[in-house]
Amino acid sequence: MNLRTIAIWAVSVPLVIAALGFFHQALAAAGWIAFFTWPFYFEVILNGLLQGVMYSLVALGFVLIFKASGIFNFAQGSLVLFAALTMVGLIEMGLPWPLAFVATAVVMVGVAIAVERVVLRPLVNQPHIILFMATIGIFYFMDGFGQTLWGSDVKVLDIGIPKDPIFILGGVFEGGLLVQSFDVIAALCGALLVAVLAVFFQYTRIGRALRAVADDHQAALSVGIPLKTIWAIVWSVAGIVALVAGIMWGGKLGVQFTLALIALKALPVLILGGFTSIPGAIIGGLIIGAGEQVAENFVGAAIGGAIQDWFAYMLAMVFLLFRPQGLFGEKIIERV
Amino acid sequence: MRFKSLCVAAAGAALLATAAVQPAAAQEEGQYIPLLVYKSGPYAPNGIPIATGWEDYLKLINERDGGVNGVKLVWEECDTGYNNDRGVECYERLKRPTAAGVQPLSTGITYALIDRATQDKIPLFTSGYGRTSAAYGPVFPYVFSAPLTYWSGADVIVQYIKEQEGGSLDGKKIALVYHDSAYGKEPIPTLERLAEEEGFELFLFPVAHPGLEQKATWLQIGRQVRPDYVAMWGWGVMNSTAVKEAAAVGFPMDRFIGIWWSGSEPDVVPAGADANGYKALSFHAPGEDYPVLQDVVEHVYGGDVEAARENAWGQVLYNRGIFLMAMQVEAIRRAQEIHGEGQVLTGEQIRDGWESLELTEDDLAALGMAGFTKPVKITCEDHEGGGQAFVQQWDGESWNIVSDWYMPNREPLKAAYREDALAYAAEKGITPRECN
Amino acid sequence: MLYREAGQFKTSYAADQSLFPIAQDKWGVVLLLAVALFAVPFMASEYMLSSILIPFLVFSLAAIGLNILTGYCGQLSLGTGGFMACGAFFAYKLTTAFPEVHIVVVFLLSGFGTALVGILFGIPSLRIKGFYLAVATLAAQFFLIWVFNKFGWWTNYSPSGVISAPPREVVPGVVVTGASGTPEAKYVFLLVFVAILALLAKNLVRSRIGRSWMAIRDMDIAAEIIGIRPMFAKLSAFAVSSFFIGIAGALWAFCYTGSVEALAFEINRSFQVLFMIIIGGLGSIMGSFMGAAFIVLLPLVLNNGMLWIDPTISVALVAHIEFMIFGALIVFFLIVEPHGLARLWQLAKEKLRLWPFPY
Repeated sequence: MNLRTIAIWAVSVPLVIAALGFFHQALAAAGWIAFFTWPFYFEVILNGLLQGVMYSLVALGFVLIFKASGIFNFAQGSLVLFAALTMVGLIEMGLPWPLAFVATAVVMVGVAIAVERVVLRPLVNQPHIILFMATIGIFYFMDGFGQTLWGSDVKVLDIGIPKDPIFILGGVFEGGLLVQSFDVIAALCGALLVAVLAVFFQYTRIGRALRAVADDHQAALSVGIPLKTIWAIVWSVAGIVALVAGIMWGGKLGVQFTLALIALKALPVLILGGFTSIPGAIIGGLIIGAGEQVAENFVGAAIGGAIQDWFAYMLAMVFLLFRPQGLFGEKIIERV
Repeated sequence: MRFKSLCVAAAGAALLATAAVQPAAAQEEGQYIPLLVYKSGPYAPNGIPIATGWEDYLKLINERDGGVNGVKLVWEECDTGYNNDRGVECYERLKRPTAAGVQPLSTGITYALIDRATQDKIPLFTSGYGRTSAAYGPVFPYVFSAPLTYWSGADVIVQYIKEQEGGSLDGKKIALVYHDSAYGKEPIPTLERLAEEEGFELFLFPVAHPGLEQKATWLQIGRQVRPDYVAMWGWGVMNSTAVKEAAAVGFPMDRFIGIWWSGSEPDVVPAGADANGYKALSFHAPGEDYPVLQDVVEHVYGGDVEAARENAWGQVLYNRGIFLMAMQVEAIRRAQEIHGEGQVLTGEQIRDGWESLELTEDDLAALGMAGFTKPVKITCEDHEGGGQAFVQQWDGESWNIVSDWYMPNREPLKAAYREDALAYAAEKGITPRECN
Repeated sequence: MLYREAGQFKTSYAADQSLFPIAQDKWGVVLLLAVALFAVPFMASEYMLSSILIPFLVFSLAAIGLNILTGYCGQLSLGTGGFMACGAFFAYKLTTAFPEVHIVVVFLLSGFGTALVGILFGIPSLRIKGFYLAVATLAAQFFLIWVFNKFGWWTNYSPSGVISAPPREVVPGVVVTGASGTPEAKYVFLLVFVAILALLAKNLVRSRIGRSWMAIRDMDIAAEIIGIRPMFAKLSAFAVSSFFIGIAGALWAFCYTGSVEALAFEINRSFQVLFMIIIGGLGSIMGSFMGAAFIVLLPLVLNNGMLWIDPTISVALVAHIEFMIFGALIVFFLIVEPHGLARLWQLAKEKLRLWPFPY
């Protein structure tokens, strides 16, 4: 990202937020929606952004795999679930959580390598849709496998992250803005993860090889980059990202089988940010998170509620109509 | 080569398929009860204890009493995964003319089965769930919803809140957080009517399936609407998520009241200490101190209390399983009184047992359920049977009864059942039967 | 030996272009249909009819619809469930508002209604491609389910939002919808209805419009250059596909489950149908049927089979293992034959032609 882009973002984001605020204020004034107050609006945006980081955590895993191998990995959600389940299982066996984390990471690398060996290698060069369906097959398999292994109960994953509500900016707004300390910590973890990934991709040998593979499989192969090893590494990294996402989501909601469905929340983030861009996954997550919370809180009540599921998709789709490759995706160039 | 082996595999699979698609039939003689359970899928944590309660009660009757008047109970299970079309498939797989009755254990599956079961003459027992207006017997001869319906539940919750508020709800705000499905929408008409009558303001907050996304809901409740009370119609993971999110916005737990499907151990344990003080309705007692439960330990677990506890014995949903199956067994017993004791009956005959089922305090005591639940009396007209409910509260360790039993104000409810049922009859071209 | 086309000469273009140019194929299909129509209803058990054959026929129709869009026109869609819901709710509204209209007309009208919705949600396909489009069609999926779940008008203000199919006759005295129709009547009705629609689909895909879809699928820019209008081709594919899927949804609600809530058409339904066309074979009407049979049968066979082998096994374990085997078999199938059952069938026929003296 160059300076110009950053400047554009720095100017446009506050403008968009303010414009949306005035838009909703006007709606409320016209009686279309029930209520609007600025403090609540900012509170919603803030909470939405934090929620968005949680989506980004899941979306990151998708991006990593898509970038390196062109596979739309629907099983990312069940990887998240499986990681969280394994971690809970190990903690219940009496391991302290840092140890359980490391052990689970090892398990996830094992799963990643197994997936690469058993599923992806035989499917090299197949059309994307076939690979996509194969990952849905993995999704079903992991679903059954996890339940057989760990049972179907709701499990508690508590690694000591505080969950108290905290109030910030008490001086600016009456009563302050409510955020959950858990969300803030999750957001910090997400930021840390992205930073580590960025360094890994930018400055390590493997990272450079990964970027080369992402650019062009055949060119990478011809300069001697071992494609299969790289894929195994990418899936392992995605597995570890899934573990982090699993800890955050599992800690927030409890570890249970519906957790695999958060993959569906990551998809609009993906198309908004672009399938191939890591910053895209983050920015996309923030936009989707804030957007859907604003929509649900203000407009949702007026038209019946529970709109955030489709709203995220609609928002992403509208964006796509203007930028078919997503916000940060690589420009699509087509030749005959 | 590859092709040949594939062909062999395909032929083998086809052979196996033809052999296997036909479900195996029960061999044993006895009164057959098909069990639709869900021990897998998103709602498994709630489905497992209920199914265990069912089985344990059936085993108890066989072990302790040698069956119902000497007729052993036999049963077969099918896992629906709380999935409607799978539920229909399970029903088709398990149905026989001698099926004593089906408990779909899901409002969605109930809707899919009402017409079929009526056609097949198999009673449906939908206790505390399902189609509310099916409590009107003349239109729904094969559906029984004792002891309470969702509308009665909504009425009880409002009664309870009114009592807490000192007798008036005027100007109060009550929010309903509900699962955005057939199940969650059921109480809305009753709550809307009561809002008008009692003068409180009702706020509706639907939560999309499966219920993981409640941040916006609770931001509005906790920071903007600030209702005096929140009622919840949730199920599965939605319950524990709601409790957590409510705690996160600092909503007081003792003003948060769930329906009977939102008040069990799997709903509050994952939320940890956040859940302390959370309340829910129930129509049977939690806990272990009832003779029927002690009998289960003695006859089913061989006196091993710990083994029983591991199977959720004494938990809310397990006790519900016991209660539900006890009702069904008593209906069979009643039907035998009518159609011949010691005989295997058809679903149609057992329906007659349902329709004349009356459990007084004495009967309940004889079943080891004194104080466990309240008497019911089912008639041709009234398939709900006049049950009562109470409020229980979670203290971090167990559920405790914190209120008296409430009798729902049934006069307006019955009129509403009748109206809705007659509309259904008109749409379906059913002539309601005469009750006398 | 049996399957040999030697000696079957075509003397006219019509004969050369016929659907089944080989006589054995033609008679095979006729025989299959005859058995399905005249023998199966009398032989099959009620369970077989109502839990296997009826959903198989309904799903086949949905798979044909999706195959037109994804297999023939190359537009990946995950909105199948939403379009099925459209068909179901349109049909319900139509038949309760106008009970005197014949049920087949109601089904066809709801199909046309769904086609309009399909066109609407197909518009983004003019700009978006590939997985971006797939995810965009999810917008349709979630939005449509929400609409039907949210607004009471669609369910005639039923308090729970569940519609239940009123009994309707296809010929006087034969009820084919709701619970009062016998499984035999429903099955025969569905068989005839689906067979006719499949024939229609088969003819559509080999017509001019079908060839333009395939041109778009194979390379849309090249297709545009040779004079195919992408807008017309893509939107017509969306329309025709949604037409079939909508009818399938209506049949699902009216002839299979008999009552339905919007959640019955959630995202899993979309994946299920997508599995059918991938397993069956993209771009093949025959494959749609085979894929539907496979996906409908597989879980039941696994489930019943496991209980058949060991009746004491816990149903929870059966359900979990069923999921695992289902997932694993999908992956296995994709690895062994990515072009689906239709391709296997083709290979089998080629082998059969040379049998028993292959070279």
